[in-house]
Amino acid sequence: MKITEEMVDTISALSRLKLPEEEKVRMAGELERILEYVEVLNTLDTAAVEPMSHVFPVKNVFRADVVEPSADRRDLLRNAPIPDEEAFLVPKTVE
Amino acid sequence: MTWETVIGLETHVELATRTKIFCACTTEFGGAPNTHCCPVCTGMPGALPVMNEKVLEFAVKAGLALHCEITRYSKFDRKNYFYPDLPKAYQVSQLYLPIARNGAVPIKTGKTIRIHELHMEEDAGKLVHDPWIDQTRADYNRCGVPLIEIVTEPDFRSGEEVIAYLEKLRSTLQYLGVSDCKMQEGSLRCDVNLSVRPAGSQELGTRTEMKNLNSFKAIARAIAYEARRQIECMEEGKRIIQETRRWDENKDATFAMRSKENAQDYRYFPEPDIPPMEVTEDYLERLKAELPELAEEKMARYQREWSLPAYDTEMITGQKALADFFEETVALGAPPKQAANWIMGEVLRQLSAGGMEAKDMAFTPRTLARLIALVQTGRLNRNTAVKVFDAVFASDGDADAYVKEHGLEQVSDSGLVAAAVEKVFSANPKSIEDYRAGKEKAFGFLVGQVMRELRGQASPQVVNQIIRERLEQVK
Amino acid sequence: MELHALTALQLGEKIRAGEVSPVEAAQAALDRVRQEQGRNNAFITVLGDAALSEALETEKQLRAGARLSPLAGVPMGLKDNICTKGIKTSCASKILGDFAPPYDATLVQRLRAAGGVLLGKLNMDEFAMGSTSETSFYGPVRNPWDLTRVPGGSSGGAAAAVAAGECWYAVGSDTGGSIRQPAAYCGVTGMKPTYGTVSRYGLVAYASSLDQMGPIARTAADCAAVLDLIMGRDRRDGTSLEVESGGLLAGLTGDVRGMKIGLPADCFGEGLEPEVRACVLAAADVLRARGAQVEEFALPIMRYVVPAYYMIAAAEASSNLSRFDGVKYGWRAEGYEDLTDLYSKTRTEGFGSEVKRRILLGAFVLSAGYYDAYYKKALQVKAVIKRAYDEAFEKYDLLLTPVAPSTAPRLGESLDDPLKMYLSDIYTVPLNLAGLPGLSMPCGFDGGGMPIGAQLIGPALGEAKVLGAAHAFQLDTDYHTKMPKGGDAQ
Repeated sequence: MKITEEMVDTISALSRLKLPEEEKVRMAGELERILEYVEVLNTLDTAAVEPMSHVFPVKNVFRADVVEPSADRRDLLRNAPIPDEEAFLVPKTVE
Repeated sequence: MTWETVIGLETHVELATRTKIFCACTTEFGGAPNTHCCPVCTGMPGALPVMNEKVLEFAVKAGLALHCEITRYSKFDRKNYFYPDLPKAYQVSQLYLPIARNGAVPIKTGKTIRIHELHMEEDAGKLVHDPWIDQTRADYNRCGVPLIEIVTEPDFRSGEEVIAYLEKLRSTLQYLGVSDCKMQEGSLRCDVNLSVRPAGSQELGTRTEMKNLNSFKAIARAIAYEARRQIECMEEGKRIIQETRRWDENKDATFAMRSKENAQDYRYFPEPDIPPMEVTEDYLERLKAELPELAEEKMARYQREWSLPAYDTEMITGQKALADFFEETVALGAPPKQAANWIMGEVLRQLSAGGMEAKDMAFTPRTLARLIALVQTGRLNRNTAVKVFDAVFASDGDADAYVKEHGLEQVSDSGLVAAAVEKVFSANPKSIEDYRAGKEKAFGFLVGQVMRELRGQASPQVVNQIIRERLEQVK
Repeated sequence: MELHALTALQLGEKIRAGEVSPVEAAQAALDRVRQEQGRNNAFITVLGDAALSEALETEKQLRAGARLSPLAGVPMGLKDNICTKGIKTSCASKILGDFAPPYDATLVQRLRAAGGVLLGKLNMDEFAMGSTSETSFYGPVRNPWDLTRVPGGSSGGAAAAVAAGECWYAVGSDTGGSIRQPAAYCGVTGMKPTYGTVSRYGLVAYASSLDQMGPIARTAADCAAVLDLIMGRDRRDGTSLEVESGGLLAGLTGDVRGMKIGLPADCFGEGLEPEVRACVLAAADVLRARGAQVEEFALPIMRYVVPAYYMIAAAEASSNLSRFDGVKYGWRAEGYEDLTDLYSKTRTEGFGSEVKRRILLGAFVLSAGYYDAYYKKALQVKAVIKRAYDEAFEKYDLLLTPVAPSTAPRLGESLDDPLKMYLSDIYTVPLNLAGLPGLSMPCGFDGGGMPIGAQLIGPALGEAKVLGAAHAFQLDTDYHTKMPKGGDAQ
């Protein structure tokens, strides 16, 4: 599976990453090698197999609808890169 | 060329659970920014979601009430995208196995709207731009509030049908108690997908998605505008661009939103942190048994059992709390028609004046039944009863006590009435002459004067009767 | 005997007997850290006074008669992807800056309640992605046995600190072998328990369906004692299993008579260094001598484990790491023009290359058009892998394999060829895919004096069996007692 620079650009944009040119080229090559390697999975016939997300048959894990105290806002905001008493700050969002 | 408008709806409904879907923070509306939050709903590293059992219950009930098939084995998926109102940069939603599918909602125009699917998901936060510092503030109070998204097939052909559906949907979900469905508070949000095509064509045209519709009126106007815009476009030979458009209240038009990215690839995959949900037969049976009688069923029953006119039943069942109030009042002995009139008249008037909903009023069926009884037994006339009602409504005061305190008991004692009549007759000889001269209006005047004399507390029937008798006598 | 040469349980015993005080132990540990830190760089944050006051607290409680746990007062370290309230938790990444979580992981709460004394936060591969602990923003960790070599990864700091006698046990995390492989490279014992038995609440997620935390210590008994404290259902982790905690240490008998141990032939073939093979087979002999039946069997599924692992881990990682965006916590880039630029600059400059590589790989396998062929396929293969192991455990009580194909490579050797590095995870990743418990125990040294580890694999919830066999092995051998001298193993 050939990985082009365009493809790297697309997945980079989706991941909010922006690699410099040489890194992009290198990354494309590395990804290509990895994906080539994982082709071996296609030698295993899995047509009749259900994809397994959860390894154990755990299901229906719930909690009751009972309010518990929220965190102190100061604790939640303390690590924010731009300090503010009330909220997390970002540049103006595009509508 | 005649054109047909084809519409599909995506409606987001906030569920009325006490806590958020994946953490125990309160879902209470309002609150200072970021005070209803915790590491889970603010996407702190290491925090994990745990599912609220009530969310599943409400979603299944909604699915049942909309005649959907309930998915027995259901799970959550992650929808990945970056936006500052989404702290984890993914929204936990359901793509592959939504909790309910293939439903049907009959609407009053006679049509049935098909529900494609209904699924659970978490809400995002709110972004508020602060022009003073030219920064946007992210408030995560709303992050994690549970939503169900209801997607219809493109079965609508007009704004009227859309509104009928939304009214039905809102009533149903309110009756279930799963949401208060208030568009102005954001607990009911609607995105409209609209396209046009030549009448008779089976193919779907290119559709646009409309957002920022904040009321049923706005939805109706937006549909009208957008349908016209697309038709004009097509008639000019131009192509419709598939895009999202924002409804502008002030300009009464839709505008293309700046496209954020070409094609959003959400890279959905099954959420590993939340085990799947299995809905058993027992669970379903239990929930089915808990489903309340819905509005249409009540309307039919009121018409059947008490011969109430359709209009009355529609007004009364407009809010579940109002319908419950009505039924309780009748159960306490009030004649259904009387109860209905009082509710449609005085109760709704008071609610409207106070900007309140039926479920918030202190006034009880017991007090209303009492007032109705007082009028029936002649101890109050209707007008006075309304005065008493207005006085006791706010705090559900004691009607009898109020009547006694203010001496409002209807005067039926014919002696007292006769005395008042005498007094009025002597003070108004001209009126008596007018009446004898054939002026019927003079009768009404005399009645009015006697009522004034008795401070409005007389039984109109008795007053009428005695005046007539005296007029006969004073020939 | 010098304090640092004791096992955690031995120290815990001395503390309980009043021979050593927690403060003395903490002081000794801090002295040792001061001595070793410049050489092996095992720690990112050392707690100093905070550790001493915690030790003092525990001392007071013990003196007042509180019966905390066999490890009360024993200083330990936590990998720096485990959230500790008010204490910097960096995941060895630039992007988290000086982030100090407002809460403790459940595991941390349990250890504290049992009288644990936190010495500091341990160095690691950035966001637990790596097999050498060289991708850390805070500089690579060096193997105490040979400072020119890696300690393994991603819990390299944890293994190195225990090996160098800086703390008596540590807690690491294991997504594809990150506890077991560094334990093997550093000659200490490390265990990854069954998926879901240790709460993940407070572990910064790498791959949610594969991550588990577990102990690294000198002995299997020490590991059992730690697991007794940290296992058990946590209502804050929806994937945590209904298991009780406790009983593992008490249940260690060393009796392996009648146990059937399987040797997957496909783990002893090509690619395995002869010295490693020899030591692991010798370990099988030790267990045989103690009454276990050991035999070879075929496990052809091995050729699919690494690709399946990397698809799944990368996919989940790409999603789990999206929250690091410079908005809510950590480091934010400067000079950004708008929101998208803020995200891109912060993440591009804040993440190292290995992390970026896995994020991009993950985004790719989940993207439209590729999901079925890659991610969905990997999930199907995962199901087949699990079934293969389930079948193996119908016949065997335990499996025995190598931990890594070689001993610790030299620093700088592995990073040029990421694919080659991934392939070296072959023996460890299947346990994460199948959710099974696994332990790495020292079983020898190569010609250069570098440690070799053997892996015992158990069925789901088979912790007792795994620890039992490891304990039996350690009763008859002394590899686990060896400590590096000056870090120049010859």
